[in-house]
Amino acid sequence: MSLSSPLLGSIVAILLMAVVTALTRTGGLLVMSRVPIGPRVERFINAMAGSVLVAVITPMAIEGDWGARMALLATLGVMLVLRKPLPAIAMGIATAALWRFWIG
Amino acid sequence: MSAYLDRAGIVSGLKRMAPLSLFVIVFGLAYGVAALQNGLSGLETLLMSALVFAGASQFAAIDMWGPGIPLVALMATTFAINARHLLMGAALYPWLRGLPARQRYASVLVMSDSNWAMAAADYQRGESNVGILVGGGIALWVAWMIGTLLGVVFGSGISDPERYGLDVIMGCFLLSMLVGSKRDLSILLPWGAAALAALAAMHWLPPHSHVIVGALAGGLVGLLLPGKPAEQEASA
Repeated sequence: MSLSSPLLGSIVAILLMAVVTALTRTGGLLVMSRVPIGPRVERFINAMAGSVLVAVITPMAIEGDWGARMALLATLGVMLVLRKPLPAIAMGIATAALWRFWIG
Repeated sequence: MSAYLDRAGIVSGLKRMAPLSLFVIVFGLAYGVAALQNGLSGLETLLMSALVFAGASQFAAIDMWGPGIPLVALMATTFAINARHLLMGAALYPWLRGLPARQRYASVLVMSDSNWAMAAADYQRGESNVGILVGGGIALWVAWMIGTLLGVVFGSGISDPERYGLDVIMGCFLLSMLVGSKRDLSILLPWGAAALAALAAMHWLPPHSHVIVGALAGGLVGLLLPGKPAEQEASA
């Protein structure tokens, strides 16, 4: 009993986490299937989609070191010129590595 | 053009996500190591990766592990960190609504940041095969499991992903997805609002709220901007 109940407790905890996370993954679809999608809702969704990424990336740039900032800048630059993700990401990683190696 | 899901699309999604998945293996390894260090058993560590499949919330959860796990706090933290999925799912709804309901809901069960970002870009481009969401998600899930397993088996290894620049790789990837989709400059207004709101939330609101606050702020500004008729009419 003393062996199995902590395991049971943590398995219940993991299952609860799994349920909560699955609800966040499906919840957006569930809600939207009940919302009539007019042009206004569409504008909201389209602006929100990119904004999710902006809100994820911004703290990396602000809170990160200069290596991270330069990496994002390099990615942005290559992306705007070439429009190809792989070279852009490679340039970002190389920039961060070199920056951290030589400067800080 | 109605959305559809087929095997070829899933395979192509797997292939497109393969390069990034290699890095996700290292993330998974870091999680596996950290989980063991926080007192989880190997089985618990693997089970969490398999069923939850959401890195940031898993790292937060293992900090709360112990003989008595605070279940309510655990669920609240998990919800706060993963609530961005609600908005991500909502954003893909117009794309996925063409699928049969079962496929639609099954598809988003493997939705995470990177395959969502690629899916959103595909949607923006007018692609109607949603394979990138599912195939990319499967690739990420497998990589996450392989990484977790390696961490559990080899125990010690990378425990500080930032030192190896993994955070930068994810940031550059998401940024390239953001910039890559074709848009006009008016989108910079909502994005600017999202950035400012996210930063404000980081300083003044509870932890983990910044993504939701930023995304909603961006959406609201997008709503207030004058619309472009004729652009999205076809999908109505």
